[in-house]
Amino acid sequence: MKPLLNSLPETVFTTKVDSLLNWGRASSQWYMLFGLACCAIELMQTGGPRADVDRFGCVPRATPRQSDLMIVAGTLTYKMAKRTKLLYDQMPDPKYVISMGSCSNCGGLFQLAYSVCKGVDKIIPVDVYVPGCPPRPEALTEGLLRIQDKIMRERWLVRQSDGAQESVGA
Amino acid sequence: MEAKGIYARLEQRFPGKVSGLKDAVADPLLMVDAQAIVEVGRFLRDEPELRFEILSDLTALDFPKEEKLQVVYHLYSYTFRHQVVLKVDLSREAACVSTMEGVWKVANWFEREVFDLFGVVFDGHSDLRRILLPEDWEGYPLRKDYVEQEEYDGISTERAPLVEKLLR
Repeated sequence: MKPLLNSLPETVFTTKVDSLLNWGRASSQWYMLFGLACCAIELMQTGGPRADVDRFGCVPRATPRQSDLMIVAGTLTYKMAKRTKLLYDQMPDPKYVISMGSCSNCGGLFQLAYSVCKGVDKIIPVDVYVPGCPPRPEALTEGLLRIQDKIMRERWLVRQSDGAQESVGA
Repeated sequence: MEAKGIYARLEQRFPGKVSGLKDAVADPLLMVDAQAIVEVGRFLRDEPELRFEILSDLTALDFPKEEKLQVVYHLYSYTFRHQVVLKVDLSREAACVSTMEGVWKVANWFEREVFDLFGVVFDGHSDLRRILLPEDWEGYPLRKDYVEQEEYDGISTERAPLVEKLLR
C-alpha cells in the first residue's frame, strides 16, 4: 500500500460526472426501516452480519425523509396500503422500491382474502420484484444489486439539459 | 360442574329462557334467549357454584338459509375448570343484542370484532367501531352473502387471471 499512497496525489482518474454521481448514489442506498410481516424477519437478517448489505452502503434509516429505498417486506393489507402510500410520498426523489416476497408482489398466499391488497404495484411504482416466500437474504441482496444496476444506467445530467435550461439563459 | 348441572341451574333460575343443551360434544353448548343473555352471563359469573370468571371467546356464525346470525359465547371457570358455550340466535336483517361489556370487560373488543366482520350491533356498547378493517370499509366480509367491492379507496381488487378462475 505504501507506494500507492505516495503516488495517489499525482494520479488522475477520468470518468463521466454522471457515472460519478450514479456511483455515489448506488453505493449509498439507505432503505427505510419498514417491515409488514414475516418477510421483515428476512429483511433484518439481510441487514445482519451474515448477508450484511451494509457492505454495499445499504443501511436502514428510521424515517422516510432520509431514505432512498423502500423495501416492502410482507403482506400488504388495504388498511396498511394507505399508510404505505403516505410513507412513499414522504420519501425524497430519486426513490426506489423493492417488492419483497410473494405477498407484496401479488398478494401471494393471502390474495383470495378480502382484506389483502393484490400487490404493492397497485399503489406505488415498483423497480424490482424479489420472488420467494419469504426470499432468502441472498435473494434480497440480489434485488439490491439490481437496483444498483438500474441506478448506474441513469443519466441525470443529460436528461435535464434539453432545451428548457437554454431558454432560461436566453 | 358438568354441563347438565349447569343447564339445570340455568333452567331453574331462568325458566323458558334457555334451551337445546348439547352435551355430547367437545364443548357443551346451550341456546339462550337473546333478551336474557346479559342476565344469564351475570348469573354464571357471580353464582358461587359456577364462577365463570372469563369470557374466553365471543364470535358469530352466519346461516343465510335459516335467515339467522348466531352469536357464540365461550365461558370458562378457572376455579372449577368447567366450561360452557352459550349461543344466541338473531335475525339477519336486524342483528342486535345487548352488550356483554358490563359482565366481562373483554367483551368490548370481541364485540367490536363481531360488529366489524358480521355487522352485529351490540346495544349499549361503549365504543362500537370497526376494530380490524379500515373505518371506511363497506360491508361485513364474514357474512356469506358478502360481495367484494370492485375497488377499495381507488385500489383495484382484481387478482391475476389465473387466480380469478379459482374463485367461486
